[in-house]
Amino acid sequence: MRLCSKYIDKALFYVLVIFFPIILYLVFVWSPIEKVMGPAQKIFYFHVGCAWVAFLAFFIVGIYSVWSLIRPNINSFITAGVSAEIGVLFTSIALVTGMIWGKTSWNTWWSWEPRLVTTGILWFIYVAYLFIRKMDGPWQKISKLSSVFGIVGCLNVPIVFMATRWWNTKLHPIVFGEGKNETGGGLDPEMLLTLVFSLLTITLLYVFLMRKGVEIERMRMVVKNCKNEIMNKLTIRED
Amino acid sequence: MLEIKNLTKVISRRPIIKNVSLTLNDGEIMAVLGPNGAGKSTLFKCVAGLLKPTNGEIMIDGKKLKTGSVSAKKRIGFLGHDSFLYSNMTPVENLMFYGKLYRVNDLENKIERLLKETGLFLFKDVPVGSFSKGMVQKLAIARVLLPEPEILLLDEPHSGLDQSAVLFLNRYILDRKKTGKSVLFISHDLNAVYGLADRAVVLKNGKIVEASGEGGWENLDRLKTWYEQAVAG
Amino acid sequence: MISVIRDALIIAGKDIVSELKSKQTVGMMVIFSILVIMIFSFAFDPVDRIIRNVIPGLIWVITIFSGILGLNRSFVSEFENSCLSGLRLAPVDPVSIYLGKAAANFIFVSIVQLFSVPLLFILFDYKLKGSFIWLLAIIFVGTFGFIIIGTFLAGLAANAKNSEMLLPLLLLPLLSPLVIAAVQATRVVIENESFGEAISWIRLMAGYDLLFTAVCILLFEYILEDT
Repeated sequence: MRLCSKYIDKALFYVLVIFFPIILYLVFVWSPIEKVMGPAQKIFYFHVGCAWVAFLAFFIVGIYSVWSLIRPNINSFITAGVSAEIGVLFTSIALVTGMIWGKTSWNTWWSWEPRLVTTGILWFIYVAYLFIRKMDGPWQKISKLSSVFGIVGCLNVPIVFMATRWWNTKLHPIVFGEGKNETGGGLDPEMLLTLVFSLLTITLLYVFLMRKGVEIERMRMVVKNCKNEIMNKLTIRED
Repeated sequence: MLEIKNLTKVISRRPIIKNVSLTLNDGEIMAVLGPNGAGKSTLFKCVAGLLKPTNGEIMIDGKKLKTGSVSAKKRIGFLGHDSFLYSNMTPVENLMFYGKLYRVNDLENKIERLLKETGLFLFKDVPVGSFSKGMVQKLAIARVLLPEPEILLLDEPHSGLDQSAVLFLNRYILDRKKTGKSVLFISHDLNAVYGLADRAVVLKNGKIVEASGEGGWENLDRLKTWYEQAVAG
Repeated sequence: MISVIRDALIIAGKDIVSELKSKQTVGMMVIFSILVIMIFSFAFDPVDRIIRNVIPGLIWVITIFSGILGLNRSFVSEFENSCLSGLRLAPVDPVSIYLGKAAANFIFVSIVQLFSVPLLFILFDYKLKGSFIWLLAIIFVGTFGFIIIGTFLAGLAANAKNSEMLLPLLLLPLLSPLVIAAVQATRVVIENESFGEAISWIRLMAGYDLLFTAVCILLFEYILEDT
């Protein structure tokens, strides 16, 4: 089992090493330059991938939150936390790339576009979740509290999206069309392929980071436990 | 009858209670002794339902106690280190509030009687926040006694009490013993243990290291030497 | 079920009685909400007509900011003398504790609104053009959702040492859809545009309220539970 997981990590690593040059080639050389926006449109491939992983990661947090309430165990606690940490990273990238996109496309850094706003709120929910995990106390307690917040937060995300979309259509009645992806129906096949490939690569990157993160957290746990045990032995001897 | 079976409690990887088993019969008063940090209070919190045991069972009358079950909570009265009293409310308001939650019948008369017995009747309309430590302890005891629980768990009940209150508490505990109710209490005061307890166990480093037989002790000195030996050994 | 509500009412009653004695929490909330109105009028020139556009939002800003003050107290006060442990030991369903706290908080925030919202209208010489009943309904539904999720998160945050700082951080992102809906609905009703738009917003709020009431009731026992 252990050996197997080591091979999976290795395999993922090499796949990523191969995929990343390919995706860079596809994005910057192979795929055609968009007519209206020019080269700036290329950021779109990374933006969509990161945004997708941002939401996926939070979905994973939600699932592990439910799971760790039903059956509390240290593994789901760790996994949820690592997923949230990676989620913050990808949410931040998605926000920054989204803003750059907004600047070139609509000439504002922040457009109050529903997807962008939802991603922003998601970022805050993630950070709040991580703050709860930073509370002190036994992990069982933290696990419960953070899971409860993870579930509530997860349920909130679609509602935020709904609310911002209604709000948006009322404020700016169809100025930009439906969302940032106005290339919509007219996406070139090359662009589509590049997009799918970048989605795949970034998702694999997420999986890889997850596995590594969980491994590191587990090591940390082991070290902490060893420390505690030594402390316990020392205090008992003092008695 | 209260049974504790192989109770283990681990808090952040540190075992506080290790495999403790105890049986408390109806109409029995048992003292739990031991040095500081032995896990006495944690044991009580587990039995009361404030902490979830890591392992083991707690049974009342042969039925397994589920943490959080409403009917079980009603049968156990727990006096902890904290008073559980609202400091901006008066004794009467505090007792009324808890009495209502416990569905106590004839609440007003009972509160009046308890306040008189504990000597707090004069202060019944003074906010608890201005009370001295001893008075708070008296009121905390009144709070525990109000619903007349079948099993009393008293964590150092005598701390901070004056002589008359100690007498009241001891008399009350012995009265209840006659009606077949049981008491488990923690004390560092061997005098009180000698006067009250039928049996005693000594807890050290989360384990029961010594349990006395039934029937108490011939005299106080015996108890003292017994306890010292148990702690040292 | 009946006993759950009965216990909730006892707990809410206890909070209200103790608040009636000190009048501190609600008093401070009222003063704070008035101060927020003052600061806002310094930020936006009150003579200018622009201020009129922000009034629907201002109603919710003062509700939420003053409400957070009260929510912070709500559970922190239970930690004094470990009263929360006393409640947990009592034969009471955890849901009762939650509902009781929420009911008391709802009443406190409503009292604050009773002072601050009319004052807002008076200070800015603002006239309600729409229906008063609908405005009340919107304020009720919005405040209800705010208190439901706010009380829940206040209970969660109370476990931390820095709960006063943690609570807004947890609460505000989760409130964002409710705030959007509440402000939009309030704007529609106050300015008496087409009425239909407000209804879809109210529906969104009601859905939010129902969903989170159910979820919070389900999950609250995990917050109280000690390990």
